[in-house]
Amino acid sequence: MSAYLIRRIGQAIVVVIGVMVLTFVLIHLVPGSAARATLGTRATAERIAVFNAANGLDRPLAAQFVTFVKQAVVGNFGTSYSLQQPVSTLIAQRLPRDALLLGLSTLLALAVALPMGIFQAVRRGRVADHAFTVVSFVLYSMPDFFFALLLIAVFSVQLHLLPSQAPQAESVGGILADPRALVLPVVTLTLVSVAGFSRYMRTSAINTLAQEYVQVARSKGLPERLVLRRHVLRNSLLPVVTVLGLQAPNIVAGAVIAESVFNYPGMGLLFYQAATSKDYPIMLGSTLVVGVATVLGSLFADIAYSFLDPRIRYVNA
Amino acid sequence: MSTLEPLAPPDPAPDPRSETVDASTAARGSGRLSVRAFVRNRRALVGLGIVAVIAAFCFVGPLLYRTDQVTVRLDLADLSPGSAYPLGTDASGYDVLGRLMAGGRSSLELGFAVAFTTSVIGTLYGAVAGYLGGLVDAVMMRVIDTFLAVPGIVLLLMMVSMFTPTLWGIVLLLSLLSWLGAARLVRGEVLTLRTREFVQAARMMGGTGGRIVLRHLVPNAAGVIIVSGTFTIADSILTLSALSFLGLGLPPPHADWGTMLSAGLNSLYDGYWWLVYPPAGILIVTVVAFNLIGDAVHDALDVRLQRR
Repeated sequence: MSAYLIRRIGQAIVVVIGVMVLTFVLIHLVPGSAARATLGTRATAERIAVFNAANGLDRPLAAQFVTFVKQAVVGNFGTSYSLQQPVSTLIAQRLPRDALLLGLSTLLALAVALPMGIFQAVRRGRVADHAFTVVSFVLYSMPDFFFALLLIAVFSVQLHLLPSQAPQAESVGGILADPRALVLPVVTLTLVSVAGFSRYMRTSAINTLAQEYVQVARSKGLPERLVLRRHVLRNSLLPVVTVLGLQAPNIVAGAVIAESVFNYPGMGLLFYQAATSKDYPIMLGSTLVVGVATVLGSLFADIAYSFLDPRIRYVNA
Repeated sequence: MSTLEPLAPPDPAPDPRSETVDASTAARGSGRLSVRAFVRNRRALVGLGIVAVIAAFCFVGPLLYRTDQVTVRLDLADLSPGSAYPLGTDASGYDVLGRLMAGGRSSLELGFAVAFTTSVIGTLYGAVAGYLGGLVDAVMMRVIDTFLAVPGIVLLLMMVSMFTPTLWGIVLLLSLLSWLGAARLVRGEVLTLRTREFVQAARMMGGTGGRIVLRHLVPNAAGVIIVSGTFTIADSILTLSALSFLGLGLPPPHADWGTMLSAGLNSLYDGYWWLVYPPAGILIVTVVAFNLIGDAVHDALDVRLQRR
């Protein structure tokens, strides 16, 4: 168990270093260099040299990398070209808003997908299973932005039921104070993840249903409802926990689209605006933050998995 | 260093479209059985049928239904569907039916090109890592973890904002981002294959590492490669459409379904439905079809699932 944990944490550290190297390499891929991007294309060679010396860009790459790591560790990602604010401030403002939006929609997605997957597994091969399979395939295959705009067209433009723009409040409390405006962004992100989660859950539940302990539970006369809740649901959840950790990049990708459609002031929108205005410090800072969050997410998922499943502990003890 | 970790959490990222999470029990050496299961599988046939019809529409269609997709005709812009234009015209006066064919060609070409390069890179990388094992494998896998930790769309948006995209540039970028999944799957497959007798026999007879990888390991991992390739086609078409929507797709004279759909959505509230629903419909149907095929091939390879 502890050997497994130590190795897993070691792997996570290696990957975080890898993400830093990747980000650093990307900084140096920027065409025309940081100096040109900041000073403009008509900057003279002398001014570029002064800028490079002032920012330490004339030193060897290895030395620059060390500085970059030192600054990144204390949360210094430089200053945004277009917004003239420290990138760390911009990210710190937006992270809680994303925690709210993504947390809420992921929880909702699980609340829908877990029962749906079990239901499909129980009814495997019947009409209801096929119907839900078709629904999840279509949801999975639909471009996120098209789905979001369809929701706006129906619920905002046609029916006048819900606002088409997400809450614009600064604080998380302010966002929560306007729940109607939160509905469409949350529904978009929820339905996009439901497709994936329910497929995993269905597979996992099919595997669980075939286990002997389920037959034992049934043959000792346990009502089917309890069999499903106590034995099938719990045991099928385990693989889904791992998948949840691996899903982080997909959830972020959905957030970029949903936040730009609904103008939700989160990391996704920040990143998208940075990409269109070539604001490299923001792009690199957010890439690093998201990358580290993903590594930590999958690390926690794996650790949770090994605690939830005693069989793993026995083998690795 | 151990090479097999039986009860550690599953290593390859499972794909939600696949029926089972674990493909290691795939029916190897029973190709005919797989083919029969595939034919009996209606999902696969439906998927293949749809892809065939759409490919014919995109590649044969333009020979039968000739349209001008180059000259901008503002005097013919946004015409509603009628006898002259079965699906109307778009904001530049292009015939929408003809543009669906032209756009489908680049969407499909992109999907297949990415799937092909991804399969080649991912297979070789995964097979080498799995075959060599040990420290080399550990290093190669951490490289994959690093790229997987950064969401593809983030890297893609960054690259596209640095360099103006061309179709083949985007194929290259998408390939660089999507070979990771294939590599992990193939590695997992090779890890179990390399302990098999026929691989040991090949090594006894003095087969070189390269020969064993290319002649014995890769062909036997063909199933997972096909599955991940099929899913890659679907994903690439979707990713290109997301890029077009974000305004970072291919520049204007070029057509693909995602670009058509994003442009059409601007006039969603003007009543120009023919600019929205035809590209949306054909895009979704095509992506569903590829996902169905991938899902079905995956099932056909998985004996464990058929027994249940």
